[in-house]
Amino acid sequence: MGFFLEVVLGGLMAGVLYSLVALGFVLIFKASGVFNFAQGAMVLFAALTLVRLMEILKETFSPFLIALLLTIAVMIALAWVIERLVLRPLVNQPGISLFMATLGISYVLDGFGQAVWGSDVYALDVGIPKRPIVLFESMVPGGVLVPSEDLAAALIAGLLVLGLGVFFQRTRIGRALRAVADDHQAAQSVGIPLNTIWVIVWTVAGLVALVAGIVWGSKLGVQFSLGLVALKALPVLILGGFESIVGAVVGGLIIGVGEKVSEVYLGPAVGGGIENWFAYVLALLFLLVRPEGLFGERHIDRV
Amino acid sequence: MLYREAGQFKTTYGADQAVFPIRQDQLFIALWLAVGFVLVPLVSSEYLLRAILIPFLILALAALGLNLLVGYCGQLSLGTGGFMAVGAYAAYNLCVRIPALNPLVAFLLAGGVSTLVGIAFGIPSLRIKGYYLAVATLAAQFFLDWVFSRVAWFSNNTPSGSITAPPVTLFELTFDTPVKKYSLCLSILVLFAAVAKNLVRGRMGRAWMATRDMDVAAEIIGIRPMYAKLSAFAVSSFFIGVAGGLWAFVHLGSWEPLAFDVNRSFSILFMVIIGGLGSILGSFLGAAFITVLPLVLNQLPQWLGISISTAMISHLEAMIFGCLIVFFLIVEPLGLARLWRIGKEKLRLWPFPY
Amino acid sequence: MSTAPPQRHIGDVLLKLDGISLAFGGVKALDDVSFEVRSHEIRAIIGPNGAGKSSLLNVINGVYHPSQGAVTYKGTTYRQMRPHEAARRGIARTFQNIALFKGMTVLDNIMTGRTLKMHAGFLFQCLYFGKARSEELAHRRKVEHIIDFLQIEHIRKTPVGRLAYGLQKRVELARALAAEPELLLLDEPMAGMNLEEKEDMCRFILDANDEFGTTIVLIEHDMGVVMDLSDRVVVLDYGRKIGDGSPDEVRRNQAVIDAYLGVRH
Repeated sequence: MGFFLEVVLGGLMAGVLYSLVALGFVLIFKASGVFNFAQGAMVLFAALTLVRLMEILKETFSPFLIALLLTIAVMIALAWVIERLVLRPLVNQPGISLFMATLGISYVLDGFGQAVWGSDVYALDVGIPKRPIVLFESMVPGGVLVPSEDLAAALIAGLLVLGLGVFFQRTRIGRALRAVADDHQAAQSVGIPLNTIWVIVWTVAGLVALVAGIVWGSKLGVQFSLGLVALKALPVLILGGFESIVGAVVGGLIIGVGEKVSEVYLGPAVGGGIENWFAYVLALLFLLVRPEGLFGERHIDRV
Repeated sequence: MLYREAGQFKTTYGADQAVFPIRQDQLFIALWLAVGFVLVPLVSSEYLLRAILIPFLILALAALGLNLLVGYCGQLSLGTGGFMAVGAYAAYNLCVRIPALNPLVAFLLAGGVSTLVGIAFGIPSLRIKGYYLAVATLAAQFFLDWVFSRVAWFSNNTPSGSITAPPVTLFELTFDTPVKKYSLCLSILVLFAAVAKNLVRGRMGRAWMATRDMDVAAEIIGIRPMYAKLSAFAVSSFFIGVAGGLWAFVHLGSWEPLAFDVNRSFSILFMVIIGGLGSILGSFLGAAFITVLPLVLNQLPQWLGISISTAMISHLEAMIFGCLIVFFLIVEPLGLARLWRIGKEKLRLWPFPY
Repeated sequence: MSTAPPQRHIGDVLLKLDGISLAFGGVKALDDVSFEVRSHEIRAIIGPNGAGKSSLLNVINGVYHPSQGAVTYKGTTYRQMRPHEAARRGIARTFQNIALFKGMTVLDNIMTGRTLKMHAGFLFQCLYFGKARSEELAHRRKVEHIIDFLQIEHIRKTPVGRLAYGLQKRVELARALAAEPELLLLDEPMAGMNLEEKEDMCRFILDANDEFGTTIVLIEHDMGVVMDLSDRVVVLDYGRKIGDGSPDEVRRNQAVIDAYLGVRH
């Protein structure tokens, strides 16, 4: 029983990490209707920038803080560049064109990040405690071992979700973002400044990517494979719905737990490696049964 | 002045519907075929054939297949690599387990297997579109990746996972030299391109394009969406499967599952986007572009006299690819094929400006 | 445009709607609508915007499935029908917002209308040989006949997306006629046209009815067109039928005047 709980908890923690990346996707999709394939590349780029800046600044009084501020500035600049060079020229094109453009952006970011910062693996230490904590001692003999950095990740994710939820529902900008996602032209015609909105959205997504990068990076080290996490976020979105923040969290948790449990319990029977495709096959099944995801909205086509 | 249709009147609908109705085009194509089949093998070095031309021909076939699905029928697929793998492994298993079977026949049968797999993974397209379909095809890609690396039966239980294909023969002829391999690939490509063109200008092509442009309206005039979409997946997977067989047998010789991973899928998708969605010529142009680009980028620093490390070159390559994708999407979403057509239009007026 | 409609040989009931109701969530688009259409006649559906006219066509066509009621076409009653089945039974239609295939030429668009009549096997198509080729040419001939009929020869190779609105509407009509339908549903075929274009369109519709014997149901806002073209008129308001009869009868119906026509000041 204790072992099963550990596996489940491990899965939940992995799931939180997926959710963090998926959140960035949801933001951009919710606010502009664009599926940003480059989100993973943004996570990697943000993490790389932070780690290398921290190294360069390691003689200063607080390398983490300064590097963080600089990285935030870089992500804002990135959002501005993307909006200017990619989004604006493609403004009324169909979604598929924009998706393919983000594919292009992800290649550029990957290449640029590694060209400037190098492609080694870098350890990221931002002060998140790494000692494992023992939980549930009363229920299970010996308790369940939980790495405290995973707990920290869960906490951060929770705060982020709360903050974003409030942002979208309560603020004026949040409402404008939802209008833009529905219909670009209509939003423009009521005076919503499309370009500014997009810079804001991509900046926020970039900051979410930064948070995800920090959390993932402290756990796994900052390396190229971080960019591949983007591909994992896709099934999360399918499960949760492309436009739902709550969905991104729930979807991530389900996939995280599902992967871990099936790998541990079914893996040995088929030679392992289930983790590579479990998420996708689950997403595929969902697509056939409930394409809009658990929390997404149904679309009705008007003829 | 040279490229004018004046005086070329068509008196039958048949003449009007010919693939190359203008006489200059007919000459042009005849010339290209002559160059391709005769001149190129004579003057090309082994390196040119082996490293550039043969991969180009095979990838052009795959790009052609993918273009039928994505460009003509509008169904986004990110699983091309996986379907190539199906073709490669099916051909390999057929040849190894039925030694009497001719590899060329094996390719066709492997294409058939790929067709079945393609139809299976195309079934989600009946319910979902766009991004969602892309995810489904990614699922296919990763699942197939795993199947071919974990299930030892497919690799004939070779411990290392890397397998070698038997040589390709036709009656007494063995295709072992680069020139023979090149001719084989070129012949197959020309044949398949002709078939693709015929499909595309007939009932099936129209059904695909109608489904792409407005599938609700297509259904209302009697085009069954299931039939249109699944047939696109089927034909496309056949082309891609055969390309996979060729890639493994003729180009690589020995391979492991990684040869057909998701990067391969993206690279072929880029060929289709840059070359031109919905254009047969575009598939060729895109394949040529993407095959030649890395080589040019590799040589460029030498020509310019700057020295850059190989790692840096591959980063730059990624960046340039990405920029080109975005560039084409903004400037000419219909790709190189459209630029070609605009060029031809200008040629008709030349030397007059308009 | 004040010619009296020619004597048409109007036949038996071709299409009958019985108590059709249609709801989207809480919104009732159609409420207990019943009427019939006879062979070879031209039936108009009129009413204010949002009255449910397009929804009615969608129900006949199989695009929407009514929550209550049934449709009887050529003797067979059905409630659920898929659009391509409707096409197979001889129903064709045009749309309010043009539903042409923007990526194809005019010729190809109209050729898609002949899809149901093309049967050549797959292998023949691959080689463009034998049955595939002869079929293609035979249907091309038929399509050219329609192109002549609608006077769009000069644009047959133009991609549809580049054409003016009026011409696009004509191409849509051509595509619908190419299927040689028994019942043709036209959704505001003259919207956005000037007087000359409207006259042309009227003539085409009348000729189609005359030459091909097609039964026509059309939605139209121009009362002059409705009065001149149609044999009988159905009036809808808020999803309910408020008038049904000859153009003159409907014009004098008080409920119709109140809801839609208005009075001369």
